[in-house]
Amino acid sequence: MKFTLSWLKDHLDTDADVKTISETLTAVGLEVDGIEDPTAALSAFVVAEIVSAEKHPDADRLKLCQVSTGTETFQVVCGAPNARAGLKGVLARPGDVIPASGAVLKTGKIRGAESQGMMCSARELKLGEDHEGIIELGSDAVVGTPAADALALEPVIDIALTPNRVDALGVRGVARDLAAAGLGTMKLIDAAPVSGGFDSKTSVAMGLPDDKAHLCPHFVGRTISGLTNCESPQWLKDRLTAIGLRPVSALVDVTQYINIDLGRPLHAFDTAKLTGNVGPRLAASGEKILALNGVEYELTDATLVVADDSGPQAIAGVMGGKPSSCNEDTTEVFLESALFDAITVANTGRALGIVSDARYCFERGVDPASTLNGAEIATRMILDICGGEASHLVIGGAAPLAGDVVSFRPHRVAQLGGVLLSSAEIQGILERLGFHVDSANSETWTVQAPTWRRDVEGEHDLVEEVLRINGYDEIPVEPLPRPPTTKPAFTDDQRGTRVVRRTLAGRGLFETTTWSFLASAHADLFLGEGQLVTLQNPISSDLDAMRPSLLPNLIAAAGRNAARAMPDVALFEIGPRFEGGGPGEQTLVAGGIRAGRSAPRHWNSQSVTVSVFEAKADAIAAIRSVGVPTGRLQVVTGSKTPDWYHPGQSGTLCLGPNVLAEFGVLHPFTLKGLDVDGPVVGFEVFLDRLPKRKRKSGPARSKFSPSSFQPVERDFAFLLNDDVAVDDMIRAVIAADKALIASVDLFDVYVGDKVEPGKKSVALSVRLEPIEATLTDKEIEDVSQRIVAAVDKAVGGQLRT
Amino acid sequence: MDQLEQLREELLAEVANASDSVSLDAVRVSALGKKGRVTAMMKGLGGMDPEARKATGQALNVLKGEISNALEARKTLLEENEISVRLAEETIDVSLPVRPEQEGLLHPISQTIEEVAEIFAPMGFEVAEGPDIEDDFHNFTALNFPPDHPAREMHDTFFLPLKEDGTRHLLRTHTSPVQVRVMQNTKPPIRILAPGRTYRCDYDITHTPMFHQVEGLVIDKAVHMGHLKSCIIEFVKAYFEVENLPIRFRPSYFPFTEPSAEVDIGCSRENGELKIGAGADWLEILGCGMVHPNVLRSSGIDPDEYQGFAFGLGVERIAMLKYGIPDLRTFFDSDLRWLRHYGFAALDVPTLAGGLSR
Repeated sequence: MKFTLSWLKDHLDTDADVKTISETLTAVGLEVDGIEDPTAALSAFVVAEIVSAEKHPDADRLKLCQVSTGTETFQVVCGAPNARAGLKGVLARPGDVIPASGAVLKTGKIRGAESQGMMCSARELKLGEDHEGIIELGSDAVVGTPAADALALEPVIDIALTPNRVDALGVRGVARDLAAAGLGTMKLIDAAPVSGGFDSKTSVAMGLPDDKAHLCPHFVGRTISGLTNCESPQWLKDRLTAIGLRPVSALVDVTQYINIDLGRPLHAFDTAKLTGNVGPRLAASGEKILALNGVEYELTDATLVVADDSGPQAIAGVMGGKPSSCNEDTTEVFLESALFDAITVANTGRALGIVSDARYCFERGVDPASTLNGAEIATRMILDICGGEASHLVIGGAAPLAGDVVSFRPHRVAQLGGVLLSSAEIQGILERLGFHVDSANSETWTVQAPTWRRDVEGEHDLVEEVLRINGYDEIPVEPLPRPPTTKPAFTDDQRGTRVVRRTLAGRGLFETTTWSFLASAHADLFLGEGQLVTLQNPISSDLDAMRPSLLPNLIAAAGRNAARAMPDVALFEIGPRFEGGGPGEQTLVAGGIRAGRSAPRHWNSQSVTVSVFEAKADAIAAIRSVGVPTGRLQVVTGSKTPDWYHPGQSGTLCLGPNVLAEFGVLHPFTLKGLDVDGPVVGFEVFLDRLPKRKRKSGPARSKFSPSSFQPVERDFAFLLNDDVAVDDMIRAVIAADKALIASVDLFDVYVGDKVEPGKKSVALSVRLEPIEATLTDKEIEDVSQRIVAAVDKAVGGQLRT
Repeated sequence: MDQLEQLREELLAEVANASDSVSLDAVRVSALGKKGRVTAMMKGLGGMDPEARKATGQALNVLKGEISNALEARKTLLEENEISVRLAEETIDVSLPVRPEQEGLLHPISQTIEEVAEIFAPMGFEVAEGPDIEDDFHNFTALNFPPDHPAREMHDTFFLPLKEDGTRHLLRTHTSPVQVRVMQNTKPPIRILAPGRTYRCDYDITHTPMFHQVEGLVIDKAVHMGHLKSCIIEFVKAYFEVENLPIRFRPSYFPFTEPSAEVDIGCSRENGELKIGAGADWLEILGCGMVHPNVLRSSGIDPDEYQGFAFGLGVERIAMLKYGIPDLRTFFDSDLRWLRHYGFAALDVPTLAGGLSR
């Protein structure tokens, strides 16, 4: 919301300068967004008069104007429709910088005629949106003087209103807050009734059914006859222009002005275009209205309208209709000042996509008392400017005037706000804001809110009023008592997640953050048995489903990097995947991918493309990092592995029936569906499923008891059927003597012409660590026999000789 | 004796002339071996008279010792030479590049959340989490958003499809629903920090449809705005690592707090560069306030017994300000160059003792 200092001073008697006012506004919660000083950019521009305006010989719409600054005359080619002899406007001369464009004006030729300057529109000077013509200064403007003076420019203060501040929708409300904060005193406003001279020939027809009467409880109107819808006086035009509005005609300008000044929207109908009486009603479905913005809207039975006997003439509280609007020929108006329901106006405005000052006010809440007051103030202003005679008021319904009454314990200011104020100080602030305070009971006061406060529900609201007017700076800082010992902020699970994150980063994967959503078509590729969770109102059609896996977005990210000539990518993310559309139907996943080559080409090492074993290693590392013993993990292949992986190069890591992770080479069809070139390997570790860390014994480690006996290593080579999972064989070896066998390292797998077809040779090294005594040759031989037998039994493997 | 002296000179010359360990060994054998010349002379002692035997024996022993020493010295020298030659042959170009090591980095969002938690941990805050998909009650109603309130509209909510019962779930528009869930399940006092993903249907230069917030909540019997101020001031100064950072609290509006405040920090903008610290401008960084009694009530806490404060901040926003990241949208682009530029090493764990940032 914008206003100027002089406008504010219409309501506030103050000597404060703009800086003090601005700081105080922010301190009381009316945040100053900016202060624009338009005079600075206009210092070079002068008032000039068009001495003559002839048609351009070679262009129908252009005029050749001779423009005088008093001392010099310039030829200006001008396309403005209002350019005419006698007009005083603002001249930009060669070398001047045009504020709107930032361009330096130069002498130029337009259709063959030299143009030595430019008569400026309001928009070109950044003084408003008006670009339909050049600025017209009053006849009293002195040619050759600075344009900034003639335009009566002054700093414009722009404040951002929070949705609760319905009381500050008008300049007067802003002034009230400043007065309450001690920055001056409020001036009285003349809202005395205008004595009408006749009965309004247009009357009010309240057309709402009883159960909808609250949508427009109060509707005030009056006819004003014999007026001239002239141009507004200069002061009024200046004020509107200063805050970026375009003066139109006196009737329109007065209603705009009062909307800004008091937060009171009004509407003036041209009675010549009305049929019968006027009043609020709900539209019939399919009814149409041509609004003032030139757009025809189709209405529903939820739209509140102001209608006459012929149909809707305005979308109530949102925008007037074009057919019954005022123009320069209007001589009689019906002035409407009504109270419309905030939610209805908000819904209508949103449904029709109309943004207007009236909607802005109504949807936040308009002071019910202003329905009557606003009508009187506007009438007086119209009579002053346009002449004419006012009728008696016609009134439908009544204003719900009583402000909310709340009980208030003044000591809550200290309890909640932490600032000590005397009762008198508290009462003074509330009263300056317009509250009526009954402090007869010193413990609990009875406080009645003024009509313009629609946001007071209880005591806490009043505490806020006192605190903000007194200033948040006045609240003393008091340290929050600390717990005697610092404990971890993160839970055990969260600490695990942190470790997984840093472990994966340490393994060369870059952490990234991708959307929780993606295209349905991409989600489908990773759905398996799951259910697709879609959004009703996605931001775009390629982000319309919740991700069922972390992989598709990571793979797509690899694709984007490949398109930037970075095909070798290792990425991971920790975040939710979504299994259903309800709260909690999500799993925390650490997912990662590696694409392209696993390392750049290098003179001293072979560069290979990524393989399933890197994904498997990443998954195992993540699981191991949180203290899960990975030796017991089973690698399960086949049906448990999701179908977005290569069926022969993928698997799951399980503890019993619990699937902790999936890994594999991505299926070529999956990559094709994501439009990404392979190879890509990936993994997902389901962090929520990892076994909880046991911390019963505290941070102490178990006893360190190294064996003092010599360990022994023995190598074995077995011949296995090609389809045997080597993991099964290793498990069998370990199980052969769990106490003695410390580790099993697999160091060779051979398939080729040295072994018979359908077989593979697998070589492993077994490390025996005796605990009780050094192993004898016989004991070693016994263990070896058990290992050989176990392998034979488990997987049918034969020792190679 | 001349014979002995001559032998000595001949043998020493042979030692000196031996060019490798093989020829040196031949010299040794020819002098001191079983059939060597010195050995042969030793054998001749037996035929001498005692006097001559004694004198010659001593001289021969001296000669033997001298030759042995010469052989040893020559051997060491030859070995040193041989190693030098071998080492010279083994020379390689050590300027060749080492085998590349893959360095991964953390995303700034993770790092920032850990930094925030690190600052609040000594104040007794615990990290709480909640679901991304929420119901209307936890995201709005319990947080004192009346139905049809304009503030609901301002949240640009993503909705899931309408269910059979006429309700619909939504993607949480803020982390505040975690407040409600914690209060419903915890008896005060409460001090929690709730980081997480949040969603709003908005996408332009300064908005992304997904972003991160950290919510803070303190509920106790006598916690007031003075405590809120100290808590926020301590956080902001620690986080931005600027001791004399100007901080301003100004009244604002949130449905779930009253009184409400927005917090600005001092900054300066010169030549398009933003600098955090004392300066002419203010920069909004977070919203906070005293928890609205309706929120306490909705969450099963008696507002006549307990009160407290809440705050919420945008993770990307404070990360952008601290680390000079200009564009919000780049956080979610997974551009490897960006991740390399703005990422944090796995060992860069933020701690108060070791510093939040390197």
